[in-house]
Amino acid sequence: MTVPDVQHTRPMPEADARPAGGVLEGVDVSCWFGSRKVLEGVGIKMDAGVVTALIGPSGCGKSTFLRTLNRMHELVPIATLAGSVLLDGDDIYGAGLRLTEVRRRIGMVFQKPNPFPAMTIADNVAAGLKLTGTKVRDRDELIEASLRRAGLWNEVRNRLDAPAGGLSGGQQQRLCIARSLAVSPDVLLMDEPCSALDPTSTRRIEETILELKDQVTIVIVTHNMQQAQRVSQHCAFFLAAENEPGRVVEQGPTEQIFSDPEDPRTADYVNGRFG
Amino acid sequence: MQPTGPEGSVTSDMPEKGPHAQEPRKLEARLTDADRLYRAFVASGAGATLVLITLIGVFLLIGALPALRTAGLSFLTTQPWAPDGQPPKFGVAAMMFGTFVSAAVAMVITVPVAVCTSLFINEYAPRSLRRGLTSLVDLMAAIPSLIFAIWGLFLLVPLLQPIEDWAVAQFGGWMPLMEASATGGSLFNAGLIIACMAIPITTSIIREVLAQAPRHECEGALALGGTRWGMITAVILPFGRSGIVGGSMLGLGRALGETLAATLILSIAFEIKPRILENGGITVASGIAIEFRDAQELGLSALMAAGLALFLVTFAINFLAALVANRSRPGAGA
Amino acid sequence: MTAPETKALPSTSGTGERRPDTDAGAGPPRKVPPRRRPRAWRWTDMMETAGSLVAAFFLTWLLFTRLLPFRVMPVAFAVVWYALFLPIHWLVTKDGQGRPAAKDRLVTVLIGTGAMFAFAPIVFVIGYVGYRGLKVLRPNFFTETMQIVGPLSKATEGGALHSIIGTLEQLALATAIAVPLGVLTAVYLSEIQGPLARPVRLVADAMTALPSIVAGLFVYSLLIKPHLWLQSGILGSLALAILMLPTVTITAEQVLRVVPGSLREAALALGAPYWRSVLLVVLPTARAGLATAVILGMARVVGETAPVLMTTGGTTVLNTNPFSGHQDNLPLFVFTQIRSSQETQVERAWGGALILLVVVLLLFVLARIAGSAGSGRRRARFPGRGGQRRGR
Repeated sequence: MTVPDVQHTRPMPEADARPAGGVLEGVDVSCWFGSRKVLEGVGIKMDAGVVTALIGPSGCGKSTFLRTLNRMHELVPIATLAGSVLLDGDDIYGAGLRLTEVRRRIGMVFQKPNPFPAMTIADNVAAGLKLTGTKVRDRDELIEASLRRAGLWNEVRNRLDAPAGGLSGGQQQRLCIARSLAVSPDVLLMDEPCSALDPTSTRRIEETILELKDQVTIVIVTHNMQQAQRVSQHCAFFLAAENEPGRVVEQGPTEQIFSDPEDPRTADYVNGRFG
Repeated sequence: MQPTGPEGSVTSDMPEKGPHAQEPRKLEARLTDADRLYRAFVASGAGATLVLITLIGVFLLIGALPALRTAGLSFLTTQPWAPDGQPPKFGVAAMMFGTFVSAAVAMVITVPVAVCTSLFINEYAPRSLRRGLTSLVDLMAAIPSLIFAIWGLFLLVPLLQPIEDWAVAQFGGWMPLMEASATGGSLFNAGLIIACMAIPITTSIIREVLAQAPRHECEGALALGGTRWGMITAVILPFGRSGIVGGSMLGLGRALGETLAATLILSIAFEIKPRILENGGITVASGIAIEFRDAQELGLSALMAAGLALFLVTFAINFLAALVANRSRPGAGA
Repeated sequence: MTAPETKALPSTSGTGERRPDTDAGAGPPRKVPPRRRPRAWRWTDMMETAGSLVAAFFLTWLLFTRLLPFRVMPVAFAVVWYALFLPIHWLVTKDGQGRPAAKDRLVTVLIGTGAMFAFAPIVFVIGYVGYRGLKVLRPNFFTETMQIVGPLSKATEGGALHSIIGTLEQLALATAIAVPLGVLTAVYLSEIQGPLARPVRLVADAMTALPSIVAGLFVYSLLIKPHLWLQSGILGSLALAILMLPTVTITAEQVLRVVPGSLREAALALGAPYWRSVLLVVLPTARAGLATAVILGMARVVGETAPVLMTTGGTTVLNTNPFSGHQDNLPLFVFTQIRSSQETQVERAWGGALILLVVVLLLFVLARIAGSAGSGRRRARFPGRGGQRRGR
């Protein structure tokens, strides 16, 4: 598989090399919406080559945490936060990194597929380049490579100039993944990427995730316990008591969280007793 | 708000035990330079719009001041218009009267017709015709008022004149306000033409509001064995009441500001004429259109005062319409 | 979730349209039961209506010829006929089907009548303008001006070239002023939502109430009366732009607000600065709506007479320079010709009116096309070879 160079990118890994991707670490992250604290003291390390799953019942702050990881959180005008998020050791909220640079290096896939309706499939994949003002040597090759990595190439190779709205939901979501990959991010954040999809599409996305995990660090929020077990190696369980901010109750290797959790609440949750 | 650095906190897996007196940190570099430029550019555009529009209001006010100072309160009560005469004698009484009467005639016709047409398109017309009729109404709303005005002048008024003559002859003696020495160029006819222009825009708004009436409630009413009219009175009209008022108000705003119909139809007379079928009358807009050419210093100022008065009225009506329309919430009102 | 829902799934909404034989096409030919179309009315209803009409007619006839001293007028006859038909119809249906049904039927008639009153003018306006306009429209109407036309010339002589040119130039200039400013303001209102948003929205709302004559008066008394600028096309454009600006701003803002927030987030999450996300994602997504807004704004001002009456001066000769010298335009052409005492001039006005009507119709159709082309651009899906990009 060939991936053309993009500015700022490090060379892509060979098959047997150390996993590529950045190391992302949330350090003591707390979030507020206005005066309401929704997240408190979250510290999670998301390693390269590892898929990290964030699980927990609705409203426990997992998505908020995910959005702090690439500075999408602050798009809400009243949102504030404390703590820091380190990408390969640099604070993404610090003065050293530009906001747009942070978001380019830490991509995001949303709950609902959101391809740009005014663009063709190919334009959608290359949208990130246009949007970040990045020049590439061979645009077509990059489009092909990104679509291949997202596992969509064979389905759309003959209709790259068709509007993206004509794809099925699962295809649209993989297109969004391809779009994120085209700017060569170090980390890919996924916010319940399969919750709007049918089981077949879900399985395709999961396969894609597993194929990608050595190329880019992946963090996924999911409500689906089986999915977390299938795709992730590291797992963090979020929980929010009534009128209290969400916290990480327990985190560790996925296997341990699901088979032998330390905290009784984790056990209750992963065994489907609440949430 | 103090920024808390990463050095100030410790990662912990069991955070509820750790002390958490954190303050939200202040974020830096939310915007790139290009984004600052973009914001400034867009804001300057918005600012220009704001300034331009405000300027119009302010300018009208300043321009109107000399006339208002000269005429004082009599501006509202004087009928004749001779601002450049010696001594100047002018006021908006006749103009305002004509404006309101023609608009009232127009609205008396417009509102029921618009409501009927909206209901017809939404509820009675065959499904296949619905889109076409909707487009037709929207298209009508786009036809210039000038065309309606000359059409009225050449087709509608000559058509109506014998009927009006007949009505005057039959009822003139014993019904008040029905006398007329001559018909044709009357406020009534002007109002009629204005109604033709106001109906499409009013219909278009009302239809859209009524179409949003909750379908399941409509079906509920029908499923109970109600007639179509029963459904309309039980669900659609209560739902759309404020929309009807809002749409009518916007139509009224259009009617008040209409220039051409009045200029072409009316036989100009700066006086208050309650006999609406009789020739003669003036509206603010047509008064401005007719008088501006010969207006001197004070005359222009007086016209601006009249324009300001008209603008204030239409603005107030628009404002009320917005107020009423915003109050409408599905399910509210019985 | 899936965008193509609308076309991929069988329509689940319009329940009325589903027909029993739609899925029979692929199967072996079998006997399809005759398609039933449920009707809300029955033949007896028709008979009742027809009977009422006839009864009302004869009653009216009796009234007019035997009982009343009125002169018989066709219009009055029709009115009385209608007035009598309503109660007769009501009584007949009440007798047969009860009070609610009778009321329903009566209201149906009334609503139909009301709708007729709304639709009749459009037919008559278009028909009458077309009829009178076609009588004078000759090719020379588009190539000649009124410069050498005297009071004794025939109605088919002379033309409106100077007015058409004037209208096109003034409309283009007004659009060039109002649309960028309006769209910029809309972007501010919907994308930046800065501190100016409230006052801007307030004055824009207020200005939609501005009577068009007042816009003309503003330009006239600000620039023309103090001799800062003589009457010319650009001043007409300015007055028209003032009328367009609030409309374009408000419609464009509504259009931008409909753009899903998820698209903005997607663009920002890719690392785009705000300005690129607006320029490359938000505006293109909304372009159909924006185009419609602009075209409808143009249709609204192209026929405005009052403001140009005060600002462009009006002339009978061709002046292609909108920046200096009097300029004519179509509404002004119609207005001055129609007020003339010469029969031939009046005839010519209808030619101008017809052109104006056609221009508005064209703009309207254009707006419809732009609007419908918007959601999901449907382009021919050509089988391209892998990786090859086209259409760039």
